[in-house]
Amino acid sequence: MATIVQRPKLSLLERSYFPAILGGLWITIKHFFKMLFGQTKVTMQYPEQKWDSAMPEWYRGAPTLVKDEHDRERCVACQLCEFICPPRAITIKPGELPGDNRWSKVEKYPEKFDIDMIRCIYCGLCEEVCPEQAIFLRKDYSITGLTRAEMVHDKEKLYELGGVMHGLVHKWNEKK
Amino acid sequence: MLTILFWVFSVLMLASAAAVVLFRNPVNSAMSLVLSFLALAALFVTLDAFFIGVIQVLVYAGAVMVLFLFIIMLLDLKAETRRRLNIAALAGGIAVLGGFVVLITHVVKSLPTSADHFPALARTGYSDAYDIGMTLFSDFNLPFQIIGVLLLVSTIGVVFLSRRSLR
Amino acid sequence: MPSLDLFLQPEIFLVWTAALKTLVILGVVLTMVAYSVWAERKVSAFIQDRIGPNRVGWAGLIQPVADGVKLLLKENFVPGGVNKFFFSIAPSLAMIPAILVLAVLPFGSSLFGVPMVIANLDIGVLWVFAVSSLGVYGIVLAGWASNSKYPFLGGIRSSSQMISYELSLGLSVVPVFMITGTLNLGEIVQYQVDNGWMVFPAWFRSGGGLLEFTTDNGSMFGLDLGQTLLWIPMMVSFVIFMIAMFAETNRVPFDLPEAEQELVGGYHTEYSSMRFALFFLGEYAAMIAGAGVIVTLFLGGWSMPFVPDGSQGWFWGLVNIGTFFAKVAAIIFFFLWVRWTLPRFRFDQLMKLGWYVFFEVALVNIFLTAGILAYLQS
Repeated sequence: MATIVQRPKLSLLERSYFPAILGGLWITIKHFFKMLFGQTKVTMQYPEQKWDSAMPEWYRGAPTLVKDEHDRERCVACQLCEFICPPRAITIKPGELPGDNRWSKVEKYPEKFDIDMIRCIYCGLCEEVCPEQAIFLRKDYSITGLTRAEMVHDKEKLYELGGVMHGLVHKWNEKK
Repeated sequence: MLTILFWVFSVLMLASAAAVVLFRNPVNSAMSLVLSFLALAALFVTLDAFFIGVIQVLVYAGAVMVLFLFIIMLLDLKAETRRRLNIAALAGGIAVLGGFVVLITHVVKSLPTSADHFPALARTGYSDAYDIGMTLFSDFNLPFQIIGVLLLVSTIGVVFLSRRSLR
Repeated sequence: MPSLDLFLQPEIFLVWTAALKTLVILGVVLTMVAYSVWAERKVSAFIQDRIGPNRVGWAGLIQPVADGVKLLLKENFVPGGVNKFFFSIAPSLAMIPAILVLAVLPFGSSLFGVPMVIANLDIGVLWVFAVSSLGVYGIVLAGWASNSKYPFLGGIRSSSQMISYELSLGLSVVPVFMITGTLNLGEIVQYQVDNGWMVFPAWFRSGGGLLEFTTDNGSMFGLDLGQTLLWIPMMVSFVIFMIAMFAETNRVPFDLPEAEQELVGGYHTEYSSMRFALFFLGEYAAMIAGAGVIVTLFLGGWSMPFVPDGSQGWFWGLVNIGTFFAKVAAIIFFFLWVRWTLPRFRFDQLMKLGWYVFFEVALVNIFLTAGILAYLQS
């Protein structure tokens, strides 16, 4: 059932708008002077102040490749991340490890590993799908560049961002 | 100096007045008319008639022509701009204009007062707004009042005619 | 020294002092225009609990320069289908009238005996209204020449709004002329120097007062019956004039020609680069000119109680000029303050307010003033 809302009956003074206008002006000038004398708490000044120290461990920033404490690059170029990546940001060119390499039984390594950060949506599926614990989303969120080419992270850049990750499973190590 | 200004502004005024008729696009015509009014106001100012010059700008260029422009812009101008120049109408217009100029020169020449030289108006020491006010309210008080009533009547008429429903 | 004598001949003296005054005033006002944009951003930020521009220079003070450079370097794009001629001249038509108004404003008393007004016209106020009424052409032509719906609506709104509010603007100052008996802005200011400001008539009046005080240096201040009675219509005039000035300069709450939420950018939607900048700066120049007119007509122009005028030495002349611009700045702050407080009127409300309220009140106010003046003279 429709209900009829009665409009409030305004007095002459209220209909002249002046009390409301003066009230509004009073509120805004209060805010103005509070800000002028620094009594208002304002937002963070971004490039100088950052939340980085308060960032949680599980923060999903830019995807990176990691090495373990034996300085082995963990990626085995299985290309699972390349397949699962929803925006198809990852391009991998697998290469064969030479026979004299300490880790030659792994057989494959990424010759090229590019992540196009213009495409990346920071979903974390690559990290989830990786069977080798080689790709992780770390805390870098300010990925900028002046050209499209600059926004493609190649292998060196990914390792530089990723660094060394401790406490991973070492399934390729020699059995004791 | 004043003579140069006189010629500059009168040529500007006449040229833009001719442009009002010659332009096919009504907005161009209206803006030419504004320019013509401004030049006319400048002519008044060179005659020391500041008040009339400024009123010319304020009323005609500033208010009346804005309303004109307002109406013109709401029209569909495409049909107007496509219209060709009609030779017969042009010839007729020029003939009427020529006849009018001849007539007015004859009339002015035949007037006895036109041969006299008018002395320049004496300076009263007040501003010309003051002089106009004094003239209006002393010598021409009755016509002034009549015009006031006339305007009031026309205002009431417009309000009456533009009511939504006439019962 | 013959060369100096040449400069002191009356006509030549007039020419070069006028040129100098024009240049200085133009420089000062254009700087004020640039910085009122900065002030707008800063005040709006402070009112909304933000910080505002603070990157370019200390507290963002070089921001106007950066903005200007940015606008100059942008592409001056002309959309297809526009009327090129009117499209190009419209921005200038919006800017020029605002600056022409400054020609008659007395921005100081006198400096070294030179009166601080560029053109001391007897019909100064009418000049202000005539020139500012031409300002609407820039907006209307911009809207029409853009050949686009939203700018067109902006232009149409602007023309009807300006026509409506010019009436109340003109009628509301008639009482001021009736009291001062002149249209000359300099003389209006001089009247306020002698009899107190229009909105605060309590200075420099001796004899027959209701209240009277004398200070050490012999100046009198107080109130008498006439001033107190005339103060009522003057306040009404002041309020109407102020509000009509908001409408005339397209400021919130009457910024319907550019109403961002309804008309994209209003009349300047299709403009970019320096042409857009001219509209933008023209609006602020009009605001400064309007503030100057308000100050001159109602707030005593360059006068300040107990401060002598420029005939007492160049120092006081400079103080007077400073006073004028300080008052203008205060009015501009009020304009900004109102903009970030009030919502926009609907178009029918705007028209109703102009025609049903201000027009009538201004007319009644004229009769009221005439009655009071007749009573005081009898």
